[in-house]
Amino acid sequence: MKKNILTINKSTRSMLFTYTLVIGAFVIIQLLRTFKDGGVGAVLEGQLIPICAYVTMALALNLVVGISGELSLGHAGFMSIGAFMGCSAASALAGVIPSAPVRLAVAMLVGAALAGFFGFLIGIPVLRLNGDYLAIVTLAFGEIIKSLLTNVYLGMDSNGFQFSFLENRNILGEGSIELIKGPMGVMNAQRISSFIAGFVLVVVTLIVIFNLVNSRTGRAIMAARDNRIAAESVGISVTKYKMIAFVTSAALAGAAGTLYGCSQVTFTATKFDFNTSILILVFVVLGGLGNMWGSVIAAAALTVLPEALRQFADYRMLVYAIVLILVMLATNNPTLWNWYARFQRKKAEEKGGAEQ
Amino acid sequence: MKKLLSLALALAMTMSLAACGGGSSSSSSQSGAASGASSTSGSTPGEAANAFKLGGTGPLTGDASIYGLAAQRGAQIAVDEINAQGGDIQFVLRYEDDVNDPEKAVNAYNALKEWGMQISLGSVTTQPGIATSSYNFADSIFALTPSASSPDVISGKDNVYQMCFSDPNQGLASAQYISQQKLGEKVFIIWKSDDNYSTGIKDKFMAEAEQLGLNVVGNATFTTDTATDFTVQLTQAKQKEADLLFLPIYYQPASLILNQANAMGYEPKFFGVDGMDGILTMKGFDTSLAEGVMLLTPFNADAQDEATQSFVKAYQDKYGETPIQFAADAYDCVYAYKQALETAGCTPDMSAADINTKLKETFPTITFTGLTGDGAGITWDATGAVSKSPKGMVIQDGAYVGMD
Repeated sequence: MKKNILTINKSTRSMLFTYTLVIGAFVIIQLLRTFKDGGVGAVLEGQLIPICAYVTMALALNLVVGISGELSLGHAGFMSIGAFMGCSAASALAGVIPSAPVRLAVAMLVGAALAGFFGFLIGIPVLRLNGDYLAIVTLAFGEIIKSLLTNVYLGMDSNGFQFSFLENRNILGEGSIELIKGPMGVMNAQRISSFIAGFVLVVVTLIVIFNLVNSRTGRAIMAARDNRIAAESVGISVTKYKMIAFVTSAALAGAAGTLYGCSQVTFTATKFDFNTSILILVFVVLGGLGNMWGSVIAAAALTVLPEALRQFADYRMLVYAIVLILVMLATNNPTLWNWYARFQRKKAEEKGGAEQ
Repeated sequence: MKKLLSLALALAMTMSLAACGGGSSSSSSQSGAASGASSTSGSTPGEAANAFKLGGTGPLTGDASIYGLAAQRGAQIAVDEINAQGGDIQFVLRYEDDVNDPEKAVNAYNALKEWGMQISLGSVTTQPGIATSSYNFADSIFALTPSASSPDVISGKDNVYQMCFSDPNQGLASAQYISQQKLGEKVFIIWKSDDNYSTGIKDKFMAEAEQLGLNVVGNATFTTDTATDFTVQLTQAKQKEADLLFLPIYYQPASLILNQANAMGYEPKFFGVDGMDGILTMKGFDTSLAEGVMLLTPFNADAQDEATQSFVKAYQDKYGETPIQFAADAYDCVYAYKQALETAGCTPDMSAADINTKLKETFPTITFTGLTGDGAGITWDATGAVSKSPKGMVIQDGAYVGMD
């Protein structure tokens, strides 16, 4: 049995490890929440859903940065679309779909579809080009979305939706809900996200990404990343495959945004700014490009870390930065990797010796 | 190289261990908190035995830290004074950093909850205030926020109270004031479109101005990203021949507006709200530019009454700067709590929920006299909104002078 696990190829092993990691973490946390008095503690309890959202964001971005080899600096923009549109959909459907989990699922689909659509629009001109243009365009996109959503007023009453821009000119009648309130953002009457929904989203994201990566399409995406000219010469449409990766990633980011938005009492467009995009990129880089379980761990750890460092009071963010630098240095240190490789070889030799 | 690496790793390890240690100790204190003997040390260690645990979140770091720090310091001075006097009501104060972000504010609130917070000072800024107040309501922990001024903070939550005026009230009062005193023929508004505070005041001001027949000739916006250059907005105002600029914004952008208007040779009257308070103590600002600026504020650091003077002196001695209204509001919050707790007869060994019930009954009945508000005292209605009158001030010779 042990030999079987060692003989399956590396990517399958990494995939199995990722699933085990996510499901294991979920089971442990759920057991603690159910059976231990006080659960996992108020701080961690409050962070569970954001962690799931950030993990999904990191996985989605890893698909673009790690697998497809393009740099996106505006993923918070897609998250923002998902959060605003998804939460609006959830509030608007409150009367139609009474069941909260179903409503959340529908809202996520709406968020994902809209984010994916915007991803498609951006991808059309940019992914035809060769070079780092996607980074620049997505950076601008994130800022534009932030400015636009800050000025959107969306309301709903019995007669349907009302929309106004820059100034709130909506005149809402009886039984109205203000879905988006310009600079005041969204205020959720009820928070329908749950940790279980977050876990399901992470698992769905993993299934989507692994299936994509281990398919013919995935190999084409990676071929286009590794050598564009060679890929084109064998007839792979680079634009098409890069587009598939990018739109999938944008849609997943939108779903993560809906999950996040529906877990918050209130959020504004300024939350999803350039800093958030960079934070997610940090998760991906820290976890390793193309390494899915790395992204999961990095996103979870770096979301919990600032709260765990509260005892450092004013020096909290300084310590956070130092830890970040140290981890970056440690994970990218060739000496450490060599040592690790030697250790692995030794272990294999020992095992080989024992079998003989 | 190897030595360096091992050192770095050891350091990282120690830190993560320390972090884990912190996490576990605070979660273990959760069970201890009920019996009133928590081992976790707050920002004021010791004296945890027989004191109310007072917690608040605010931006102690980042862009808005000036407000969070002011509130924390103001509250700390009040707590120190009360504890020094002895008496039945003693406090332990703990402020947690929320970086002016609702998500972080909820984390900070949860950290305080684990610490065993019995009464809360809510959040300092509006957006985090909306988030934490709904948790305050869900967990039955009473909150009195010094400065989260949006009506959304208190609406629908019967245990969340405000010490500051609500944003619409400021807009209302400003419009009435300008109209009564006939301060301007043509009013122009420069407001910050990505800010809840500014938008709330401006919306109500516009509505009231229309009713009162004030001539608002136009308005222009800016955002956090564009808060450095106001020439476009000022040129618009100048073209519309506005003689009064209404600035429902905080004092940093306002100082730039004053500066740039002066450079353009444009000299309208300026009218601000409580966010303008603090402009005179701003580092590197030429106070002569603020000459003649009018503002509505609940607090005047130059007031001659004894309470204000002793507070300003204590603040200056301890922190080396003049307190802004956020500090005064937080200071008042602590004293209002003291009065309410005494009236209600609460003791530190009561649970947060019991204190919550008592304070909900007590707060609408008390009249509190503090640094903010005028001599008539401060009262609250059962929704949590405060009733106190703003003071109209005008800046003359680098100091506030009451204008009546």
